[in-house]
Amino acid sequence: MHIIEDGNAAAALGVRLCRPQVIAAYPITPQTPVTEKLSEYVEEGSLSAQYIPVESEHSALAVCIAASSAGARVFTATSANGLLYMHEQVQWAAGARLPIVMCVVNRAVGAPWNIWNDQQDSISQRDTGWIQMYCADHQQILDTVIKAYWLAEKVSIPIMVCYDGYILSHTFMPFDLPEAGKVDAFLPPFQPDYALNPREPANLNTVTLPDVRVDVHGELAHGYMEIRYLLQEDLRLALAAAAEMERRFAGVFGRTADPYLEPYRCDDADFVAVGLGSLTYQLRVSVDALRAEGIRVGVMGVRFYRPFPDEAIANALKGKKSVIVFEKALSYGYEGALASDLKSALYEYLGGTGSLPTVQNFIAGIGGREIHTQELTDTLRAATQARVSKEPVWIGLKL
Amino acid sequence: MKKDYLEIRWHGRGGQGAITAAKVVAGAAFSSGFAGVVMAPTFGTERRGAPVMTSLKISKTKIYDLSPIEKPDIVVVLDHLLLKEADVTHGLKPGGIIVLNTPMAHETYHFKDFNLATADVTAISVEAGLPHGMVNTGIIGSLERAANLLGIDLLIERIEGEFRTRRPEKNALAARLAYERTATGG
Repeated sequence: MHIIEDGNAAAALGVRLCRPQVIAAYPITPQTPVTEKLSEYVEEGSLSAQYIPVESEHSALAVCIAASSAGARVFTATSANGLLYMHEQVQWAAGARLPIVMCVVNRAVGAPWNIWNDQQDSISQRDTGWIQMYCADHQQILDTVIKAYWLAEKVSIPIMVCYDGYILSHTFMPFDLPEAGKVDAFLPPFQPDYALNPREPANLNTVTLPDVRVDVHGELAHGYMEIRYLLQEDLRLALAAAAEMERRFAGVFGRTADPYLEPYRCDDADFVAVGLGSLTYQLRVSVDALRAEGIRVGVMGVRFYRPFPDEAIANALKGKKSVIVFEKALSYGYEGALASDLKSALYEYLGGTGSLPTVQNFIAGIGGREIHTQELTDTLRAATQARVSKEPVWIGLKL
Repeated sequence: MKKDYLEIRWHGRGGQGAITAAKVVAGAAFSSGFAGVVMAPTFGTERRGAPVMTSLKISKTKIYDLSPIEKPDIVVVLDHLLLKEADVTHGLKPGGIIVLNTPMAHETYHFKDFNLATADVTAISVEAGLPHGMVNTGIIGSLERAANLLGIDLLIERIEGEFRTRRPEKNALAARLAYERTATGG
């Protein structure tokens, strides 16, 4: 059934279909309506979950960590400084290998204070060991929440489902709301390998020594380094699990998608714009305009950002003249994080082959600065004519 | 006005229900075969009484550009006093339509290059039994009279659905009366 709702409603409806057992969240703009809707679902009885009000985002994720450790399917959501305030627990959740799903409604971080959209919040959490998936419209928000629970529980790694604040969270558009039976067929109840149990007390994630040692059962236990290595290895293996996730999802819902990338008019393109989130859909309009001018250009959204689908990206960009990366975030002091990651993948797979594209980096929409489609089109056209700069170029800057 | 792609900008005051009105039109458009409908409020500055804007894009195909409307085909103004506070015709295409809720006579206004439609939606809504100031259903009737978009019967059906727990008959009547009494031309 198609309904017209905003992006936060798409997220909340997706979460309800996944039947979480514990929800803990602290409201922050533009995430607030997600938590409001979920608390209403619990209140009216359309979602059978414990909704635990907390006094901060740090506590919200702490509650989720505890409940997930006890074997519950859990949910939280946040934005911007709320995510930053969680940061210690964000790291903990990944190290503890808990399949928590969290929506990050992307918003600029302070200072200065700003409530509008960019992606500095989730990008700044890139290296925490969470899986990060980015959405470009409401159908993707709803579908990605459902997929995220399957994948998180498959690989025991928490997932951030990221979508642009306001541009998606507060904008209304139609999307298909699946029947509960389909979601149940795709996503079985959470069956943890281990769950906290008062009758069998255990210590979890206590001080873990630099080296391996014999544990209380007389078995050789991992040291900190082995545990952290396994997180990295399992994150890399999650790429294959994501492909299985998409196959299974398509089998149940009939919507097929590439698990990592969303290319548009890229096959015969000489130039490809790359980005995360709704900006890549806006760029489709620019691509169509430039195609009408005879410029062979396409755009590719990166849906799966961590673990980074380096091989898929390098294959998709092989033989292109230039890759033009548009970002709503920056690794301050260098360039956009996605641009750096792309360069790294291209160097690894295409270095020395003679088919290494140039990479250009444009920064747009910081702190909600309006991105005019004409501006994107002009920028993209200029980038196909010559490499504009070695440094990241800020679009729409008024200095 | 029958087109494959239309942009409608709504000017109202915080709390006046412009978003709900745009949502009703969006739902009616989607059910009439417009696969792309995108409705986006202005962000971050919503306060009761303050001028607010909402963008509604309607398209036969999926809409990928979520950026705010720059050149609307139609502007809908829920309060005539906004003409003094906001540049409501900004970017309006030549030949574009202005739908205005006003107690003033139609002849009071002179918009060069644009087609004006007026009705005293505030009074009409009171006549329909709604509390004073509730104009967001009546204005849909005026919009339909001015632009001939989706058919008044479908819009009224959607109004009854949206307001099924909040005086559906009175809201439907307000839209019907406003549709019948909207002055156009000039």
